[in-house]
Amino acid sequence: MIEQETTKQPIKKGRYGSFGGRYVPETLMFACEELEKAYEDASKDQAFLSEYHSLLKEYSGRPTPVTYLKRVTEQVGGAKIYLKREDLNHTGAHKINNAIGQALLAVRMGKNKVIAETGAGQHGVAVATVAAYFGLSCKVFMGALDVERQALNVFRMRLLGAEVIPVESGNKTLKDATNEAFRYWAANVEDTFYIVGSVVGPHPYPMMVRDFQRVIGDESKEQFIEKTGKLPDAVVACVGGGSNAMGMFYPFLEDDVALFGAEAAGKGIDTEEHAATLTKGTEGVLHGARTYLIQDENGQIIEPYSISAGLDYPGIGPEHAHLSKSGRVTYRAITDKQAMEALGLLCKKEGILPALESAHAFALAIEQAKTMDPSQTLLVCLSGRGDKDVHTVMQYLEKEGAIHESI
Amino acid sequence: MNRFNQYMRENQGSLFIPFITAGDPSENATVDIALMMQKMGASALELGIPFSDPAADGPVIQKASLRALKQGMTLKKAMFLAKKMREKGLKIPIIIFTYYNVLLQLGEERFMELAHECDVDGLLVPDLPFEESGDLRSLCTKENIPLIQLVAPTTSDKRLKQIVDQAQGFIYCVSSLGVTGVRQTFHPDVYPFLKRVRELSPIPIAVGFGVSSSKHVEALQDHCDGVIVGSAIVREIEKHIDELDELKDDQKRKEALGDMYHTLQKQLFNKDKAVI
Repeated sequence: MIEQETTKQPIKKGRYGSFGGRYVPETLMFACEELEKAYEDASKDQAFLSEYHSLLKEYSGRPTPVTYLKRVTEQVGGAKIYLKREDLNHTGAHKINNAIGQALLAVRMGKNKVIAETGAGQHGVAVATVAAYFGLSCKVFMGALDVERQALNVFRMRLLGAEVIPVESGNKTLKDATNEAFRYWAANVEDTFYIVGSVVGPHPYPMMVRDFQRVIGDESKEQFIEKTGKLPDAVVACVGGGSNAMGMFYPFLEDDVALFGAEAAGKGIDTEEHAATLTKGTEGVLHGARTYLIQDENGQIIEPYSISAGLDYPGIGPEHAHLSKSGRVTYRAITDKQAMEALGLLCKKEGILPALESAHAFALAIEQAKTMDPSQTLLVCLSGRGDKDVHTVMQYLEKEGAIHESI
Repeated sequence: MNRFNQYMRENQGSLFIPFITAGDPSENATVDIALMMQKMGASALELGIPFSDPAADGPVIQKASLRALKQGMTLKKAMFLAKKMREKGLKIPIIIFTYYNVLLQLGEERFMELAHECDVDGLLVPDLPFEESGDLRSLCTKENIPLIQLVAPTTSDKRLKQIVDQAQGFIYCVSSLGVTGVRQTFHPDVYPFLKRVRELSPIPIAVGFGVSSSKHVEALQDHCDGVIVGSAIVREIEKHIDELDELKDDQKRKEALGDMYHTLQKQLFNKDKAVI
């Protein structure tokens, strides 16, 4: 069992062990303090919480079901595998849970402009969606390269009334979009709320985003007990920044349940093309928090790689860094290839097309289930649906020459 | 009294602290430009270390950072560049401006050793607010390398007092919200803000972020002890990259430096031709 500290609110200045904190320019300190105070008040206000939960239910369609995978379980031959179906949320992923929570907080704070960063566009779409719902103006910062690669999501955000701002600085990807969102926020803190998309950033973001995502784990516990009479023996989720995993793991931290995080090994952790922050990274400070980073010896951040656009982030949520160091959660790296195979299996055996991110979790779940007894159970967080990835999957299979046998 | 405090005191009221990025566009050019700044009357030099993710900087310094990274600039190399500046005759205090991750990877203790070896005077870490800087501040005090603190118009009275009480060297007052870079106007509260800082601060206060013209300098001079100028200088460097390139002949480089010198004298201090 882990130390108390792991599961409590950050003790001081948003620390998780030695990770986290608030490493921001002085121009953002006021905004962070204001947000911390506003969130503290809101999280104790029953009216706020019931509005949040009622929106999850009536707007996003929660609770999302837990599905037993009979045919996959038979084929794998180990623990019984279940999915928590975050793919069935409105907009197709868990991102909306957090977007609803933070948009509600923005409204409560009287800020009518929201901004967000996005990589593949999933968080951007979720924020554009809630901004439309609440009538807030919305700017989404997106690396210029990602704007090109994710034309469909860019159009979706624009259709929802958001302004998509292509970021030309740095490498023109997610980390640069995040830098630009911070820069914009610093200049416009007085009327703008920054909806951060994962359990990253300066305190209170990692804590707040986790709290808005913990509905995943809370529901899962209840549903699992109802279904099987006990808690699962193991829980698996994918980690990029790590918001679906943190939301899933958090309610289980003090239970006797093995927890596994799947990070992206890209083309392999022995190559330079991966996003395996916990397996290969070193400690540092980026985007306001102390955590593990993919960086060179001089402290310059290295652009990560994964076939899954939602996992190729060079950092990781500071609470994951702590859970990894303390040993409470086991993190393993899954390659593009493993994720693709898992995606194919889930499609063919169960009729469920997972997001490429979630396919990483599913791949790790299969590996893990094999080592377990058929009397045991394993729950996987299926963080999102894979419609957005069909083009990428098609290209991958064509390149691998596997398209014919696959179809 | 150490060199840093001595320069701050002697120039109190007319501090001019230029910022340049180490290695932009080359190591030799950085040394030349530093010496030129000294001739312009700089009271200290802020030597910026390039970082892949400079979240507090606007587009001008971001680009300089990328240029310097392409040259392979690192914190350690920049400190030896400071040593070279000394050998070439730079007398003014040198403040290393670096994002925290870069400092963390070199190691705070190692930084102090190099600072002594390379004759560096101070340190400024833009993404290390007061609340996170306790350990580094103690180390800086022990090593007599002042850690420069920033304050902004949005800094609360309570924090301002805490920050000022522990500050060393000078107080860096951020003129406006947002990032570094040339801008037309400052935050509407800048004057009351400077008044608040001045009342509390026993050490000189200097204003930075967006100070780019003699108009700005004049407007600020009665409200602070001096200015920090970054993007306006870096933009001049950007204009002269080709001539400053060390592979080009000496004459062209001298002309480029002369041109920059006159442009900046005119732009920042409304001074016409002076001899370099």
